[in-house]
Amino acid sequence: MAVYTMKEAKPAPSTSKGLVFWLRENLFSTIPNTLLTLLGIYFIYTTIPPLLDWMIFDATWSGTKEEVVKEGARWIFIIEKFDQFMYGFYPEALHWRPNLVAIISIIFVFFIPRLSSIKIKFVSMLLYPVVCFILIRGGLGLEVVGTEKWGGLMLTILVAAVGIIASFPIGILLALGRQSDNMPIVKTLCVGFIEFIRGVPLITILFMASVVLPLFFSDGIEFDKLLRALIGITLFQAAYIAEVIRGGLQAIPKGQYEASESLGLSYWQGMILIILPQALKISIPNLVGSFISLFKDTTLVLIIGLFDILAMVTLTNSDTSWLGFEIEGYVFVTLIYWVFCFSMSQYSRVIERRYNTDH
Amino acid sequence: MNNSKLPPTSSGLFNSPQNRAIIFQVLSLVVVVLCIFYFVNNMFDNVAKRGITTGFSFLGETAGFGVSQALIPYDDTSSTFLDVFIVGLLNTMLVGVIGIVLASIIGLMVGIGRLSSNYLIAKLSLVYIETFRNIPILLQILFWYNVVLAALPSPRQSISYFDSVFINNRGLIMPDPIFESGSGFILVAFILACISVVFLAKWASKRHDLTGEEFPLIRVSLAIVVVAPLLVFFVTGQPISAEYPALKGFNFKGGITIIPELLALIFALSIYTATYIAEAVRAGIEAVPPGQKEAAKSLGLKEHVILRKVVLPQALRVIIPPVINQYLNLVKNSSLATAIGYPEIVTLFSGTTLNQVGQAIEIILMTMAVYLVFSIVISLLLNWVNAKMEIKGR
Repeated sequence: MAVYTMKEAKPAPSTSKGLVFWLRENLFSTIPNTLLTLLGIYFIYTTIPPLLDWMIFDATWSGTKEEVVKEGARWIFIIEKFDQFMYGFYPEALHWRPNLVAIISIIFVFFIPRLSSIKIKFVSMLLYPVVCFILIRGGLGLEVVGTEKWGGLMLTILVAAVGIIASFPIGILLALGRQSDNMPIVKTLCVGFIEFIRGVPLITILFMASVVLPLFFSDGIEFDKLLRALIGITLFQAAYIAEVIRGGLQAIPKGQYEASESLGLSYWQGMILIILPQALKISIPNLVGSFISLFKDTTLVLIIGLFDILAMVTLTNSDTSWLGFEIEGYVFVTLIYWVFCFSMSQYSRVIERRYNTDH
Repeated sequence: MNNSKLPPTSSGLFNSPQNRAIIFQVLSLVVVVLCIFYFVNNMFDNVAKRGITTGFSFLGETAGFGVSQALIPYDDTSSTFLDVFIVGLLNTMLVGVIGIVLASIIGLMVGIGRLSSNYLIAKLSLVYIETFRNIPILLQILFWYNVVLAALPSPRQSISYFDSVFINNRGLIMPDPIFESGSGFILVAFILACISVVFLAKWASKRHDLTGEEFPLIRVSLAIVVVAPLLVFFVTGQPISAEYPALKGFNFKGGITIIPELLALIFALSIYTATYIAEAVRAGIEAVPPGQKEAAKSLGLKEHVILRKVVLPQALRVIIPPVINQYLNLVKNSSLATAIGYPEIVTLFSGTTLNQVGQAIEIILMTMAVYLVFSIVISLLLNWVNAKMEIKGR
């Protein structure tokens, strides 16, 4: 007598799941799609292996430049000139000072938001720039290093940081001024400033700051070249920040303004306690976007003669014993900028999610 | 009711918001005016002390320096600083126009590629965007100029295409078209073809409104615009020929040369700006609710009709404003050409002219004015486009 035995279920046909299905669905679904895929594979095949060879497998990592036999990148140049790329002409014996500033900054950024006492927060926020400035420039018993010796990545980060921090309060004031409909004169001044700055390229503002600004002050007042660049960058960034914050202010419902007024708060109390915290929160993604642009724009200071990390490529290549290493220099600087900008943009996505208090 | 018994609503001068606003405004205006007065006063003092002349009379003086690329007749001995200004302005506009066209094409392709159902293409587009938008534009310009273009061979070892287009470290050399008598007719034919296409479009849209019948407008108008001038070209006996570049000694003679500075600038600007345009295109297409596509599909429309008549009209409304802003950014970023010495307005005017004349204030203000005019024109264009594309309520 035949006994019925249940058979094992057959696996699903490869046409509806698994790797083959995925490949067919995503890469080879139609003839044009297949052609595109082949084109893509060809493109990857012709670019990635030579690039990897050049950067890693055929690269020279140690030794002297006379010993170089391989065809790839000669990273010994970067290793040799690493200090210049990082610190410019900053005296080698004093490199610990910018390093210390970097450590303090990381601790500062990490711990300040976790402090509970408003007073300590406020005092440390005031102390932080002073301490950093004294550490980098000198004074109070430390050896003074003039700004003409600052350079490299240190200068790039410094210009970006000062631009971000100094432009923030100005940007908020400009945004509030632009939103104040009951004060037409103030509004016109703010709109005029913002639109003027946003209408011209940064390089013309830097030229203005480096050539015309000294003419605006009487002879006794001397401006450092770096200070002039910082003023130009701060004014430029303030106009862009103002527009970002204005976007945030406009997104706050009118009821919030009315509620703060009906609580009897003054204009500034209402702004600081109710409106700005909400407006700044929704502006965070755009603020970070604007910081990334500023970080990229700091490269422009090389046109007015400051030695940021990009300027170091040309400068290190003018050393007669190290000629012809531009490619390595540019690739190295490109990687640094890319890592900074890419991680900032990823970080902004994290913050955006963390501060998202919608339900 | 007797109002006089009520207490006055706002007694003190500072208690009324109106008064406070007026006082605050007067104060800020006074501060701004005082600052400007102080600056201008110092400026005139300093300018007088340093013996710098003021005013715009320098524009009429002879410049006396060479320019590597000029779209108008220019020579070092007789051209004035005003000519230099115009040369720079035109060169900026040249970069702007070529850069905008290229960036739009690349940006559109990458933006659509980002949404492609092909996994590989979508990821490659993403890598392109994330790579190039996170590298400073100045670094990209310098890289193209100092590394890629500097590595090209000398004129004698030029890379050549069909023996008429040559690439070497002096730039890109192309044949120069020569227009002989009779070539005017081709232009006339082209203009007539364009006018007829406009009328055809009007007729087709009217017919579509009345009968609902489709007319293959794009194909027919393309055919008219291409065929009509071609026909005239052969009828009039091929009046357009070309002067081919030829190697003479160490360099090429004849043809049009695109200088390497322009090439580097255009490559860098269009590749960089295209990443932003691509993101705008992607955001615009994603902004169209999927229900729109599904509805169109359930009406039985074909795939390309859905794209043309349903998705694109709605997506363009979102895409166009940020893209126009990127065009303005591209024009502003072209000022970085000063780092590689391409003769545009900042290099020629805020650079060379400023060094020769020394009148910093006038020269930098004139340069800024150029960009402000560009900004104003582009924002007017943007307002016009926004008004045109606004969803018309009934």
